[in-house]
Amino acid sequence: MTVLSLRVDLRLDDFALNVAEDLDLQNITALFGPSGAGKTTLLRIIAGLEVRATGRVMLDDVIWQDRERKQFVPTHSRSVGYVFQDGRLFSHLSVEKNLLFSAQRASNSDALTLENVAAALDLGALLQRDPASLSGGEQQRVAIGRALLRNPALMLMDEPLSALDGKRKAEIIPYIERLPHEFGIPVLYVTHNVDEVTRLATRIVLLANGKVAANGDAIEVLERIDLMPLAGYLQPGAVLEARATEHRHGMTTLVAAGQSLYVPGTAIALGSNTRLRIQARDVALATQQPQGLSIRNILQARILSIDIVEEIFAEVLLDVGGQHLRARVTREAVDDLQLANGQEVYALIKSVAIDRGLLA
Amino acid sequence: MRLLQTSLLILTGLTVAAPSSAESVAVAVAANFRAPMQTLVEHFETETGYDVKLISGSTGGLYAQIVNGAPYDLFIAADTRRPALLATAGLGLEQTQATIAIGQLVLWSVDADLIAAQELGALRDQSIRFLAIANPDLAPYGAAARQALMAMNLWEQWVSRIVYGENIAQAYAMAATGNAELALIARSQVSADAGAYLLIPPEFHEPIRQDAILLERGAANAAAVALLQFLSTPNAAAVILDFGYLVSN
Amino acid sequence: MEIDLGPIWISLKLASVTVIVLLLLGTPLAWWLAFTRSRSRAVIEALVALPLVLPPTVLGFYLLILLGPAGPIGRFWVEITGTTLTFSFSGLVIASVIYSFPFAVQPLQTAFEGIGRSPLEAAATLGASPLDTFVRVASPLALRGYVSAIVLGFAHTLGEFGVVLMVGGNIPGVTKVVSIAIYEQVETLSYSQAHYLSAGLLTFSFVVLLSVYVFNRRIPITRL
Repeated sequence: MTVLSLRVDLRLDDFALNVAEDLDLQNITALFGPSGAGKTTLLRIIAGLEVRATGRVMLDDVIWQDRERKQFVPTHSRSVGYVFQDGRLFSHLSVEKNLLFSAQRASNSDALTLENVAAALDLGALLQRDPASLSGGEQQRVAIGRALLRNPALMLMDEPLSALDGKRKAEIIPYIERLPHEFGIPVLYVTHNVDEVTRLATRIVLLANGKVAANGDAIEVLERIDLMPLAGYLQPGAVLEARATEHRHGMTTLVAAGQSLYVPGTAIALGSNTRLRIQARDVALATQQPQGLSIRNILQARILSIDIVEEIFAEVLLDVGGQHLRARVTREAVDDLQLANGQEVYALIKSVAIDRGLLA
Repeated sequence: MRLLQTSLLILTGLTVAAPSSAESVAVAVAANFRAPMQTLVEHFETETGYDVKLISGSTGGLYAQIVNGAPYDLFIAADTRRPALLATAGLGLEQTQATIAIGQLVLWSVDADLIAAQELGALRDQSIRFLAIANPDLAPYGAAARQALMAMNLWEQWVSRIVYGENIAQAYAMAATGNAELALIARSQVSADAGAYLLIPPEFHEPIRQDAILLERGAANAAAVALLQFLSTPNAAAVILDFGYLVSN
Repeated sequence: MEIDLGPIWISLKLASVTVIVLLLLGTPLAWWLAFTRSRSRAVIEALVALPLVLPPTVLGFYLLILLGPAGPIGRFWVEITGTTLTFSFSGLVIASVIYSFPFAVQPLQTAFEGIGRSPLEAAATLGASPLDTFVRVASPLALRGYVSAIVLGFAHTLGEFGVVLMVGGNIPGVTKVVSIAIYEQVETLSYSQAHYLSAGLLTFSFVVLLSVYVFNRRIPITRL
């Protein structure tokens, strides 16, 4: 596992960034937060593109910059791959030459040959094309391939999907998911989109106003209500991990913690795992098994804690076979139903948020 | 000279009888003669009350303009050839062509010691890198400079070391900035406070005559005629001598 | 009738050498001006543009002083080479470079600014050193700027008159450029010789410029 050690400081006219964190990089780590939080800036600092930043950046035991020791390793000597939000393919080179540009300057790798990467990202048909003639999604795929061919120790991605529509996003996400597994390169992924985070992140670093507000396991961070205001417009909720087991009559059966959920119209491959984000306000509670309801998704759960968050509402944290779920109910309901920690209840889920775009 | 005066008298007579002519005259003068001309014009204007406009330029440039219809009344050139050509072309009155001044060729250096030490012998000094002259094809002083060097059998020695200005003003600048150690230029250009000069014996070159001619357009202009006449008077001669020229008597 | 084509060769040689020197000196400066955040940038830009506003004969006069054996640059040259800078072809090159400087720097600066930092940052993240980036990414993208600089620098130097007049000394076969030769022929009323020289100058210049523009057409238009 790679550790990115950050002790950085950057002061601009109207913005200050101050980060002192060690990031455990495995698989995909999301750098998440509202617009203007400093995510892109931090990514650029890690890449060495912000020379005015002070402090220290280290990847494992390699020092990339250290103000005290007056060291600064320039970008081209850092083992990073960078995928920009706007792709930035070289317009004077064909797709193939763009890829070669990277491959020729990279350290040798048996796995990361142009052929392998082109195959992995389905770039074969695009190789002789002029970058300007490609669609947004195609450009991003090439950009990812180009950064990959660098054979970097760390892959940095700056909102690579934000300029794309839902369909294109769905096309590319699988390629990004595979990067750590297929090529062994950890990814630091900047986004303000919670669906992308839900889908991709193993760990989340939450950045707000230039400071790190949370740094931990993705699912845990996503369900922390205290972080919701910082994360921008984000409804409280939780994330369940489930596996697709069946497609029938246009509905997909997903099994989470031994219980079944039914989601309409997805094309998830059977047997594959996915994550479901369920907003607290979509979850209702019943103390007895309901009868005659239109809601199909009913899970057995046990109350872990009840938090009063607003005057009339309460957030109930539930355990579902080792995973968590959140329900928002009125305080009145809590009193009426005499809800208490440890109580077995039924969680009724009105809609299960699975971003159709992310699943295609 | 007598011919000139006679012609002028006739012309004056003619103009008196003509309808009222302009009180102003436009004079095209070669650049090197501009300074003395300005002083002469001041005297003339005070004496006669006429108004004079001076236009200066290269002799060749002014000549081309006149040929193409420039509105000048009087032309004072740096040579005799251009006025003669105008006369032949009918653009100038032949009988009015006269030598106003005779230029003197001098050897000059911004380094006074160089002249003081070697005098004309400086022209035999092989260690001197450059000699500046005006272009012999364009400027009479340049032609005179070449003639003088040839007369002294020094042209071959100097050919590879000569630099050319388009006119004597540029030749002067090249020497004044120290780029050329020596220059063959006009006596009228040098002053007492910069460098030192030496007169080149006039027998080494053709006389550098600066001729004036009354132009077709100025023939009926009383002021123009008067000015031309004025240039031959002793008062004018004094000014011209003052500026380093000679006058023909 | 004798037509001396020598001045044409001198002019072409002068323009070519000047363009090469302009590119060598002007490109790094244009790059710096395009990307620096320094406060002295405006000052340098104004200095670069100065030759545009000075009349050529004025510029020529002051170069005569600067490059003369008593001047700061000329003196240095004499010490190093033992020959004078004025009245030599090298002196003409230096004078022409100064005179045509803004014509090379400004198009290059504009072209580099048009590229912006994005492609340069991308190249750095792909392991390209600054020099590598300059050669393989920035220059191809800035090709139009190079073409302008070459064309303008070449043409401007060919047409030079006032500056060469003073600094060169009009030595036939060495510093007598065609613009002066044509002027002299007009002055001495040798009009047909003037016509021939002018025609020769125009023809050669046209061929050179045409080649540059044809070459430029072959390069794909960059979308910037």
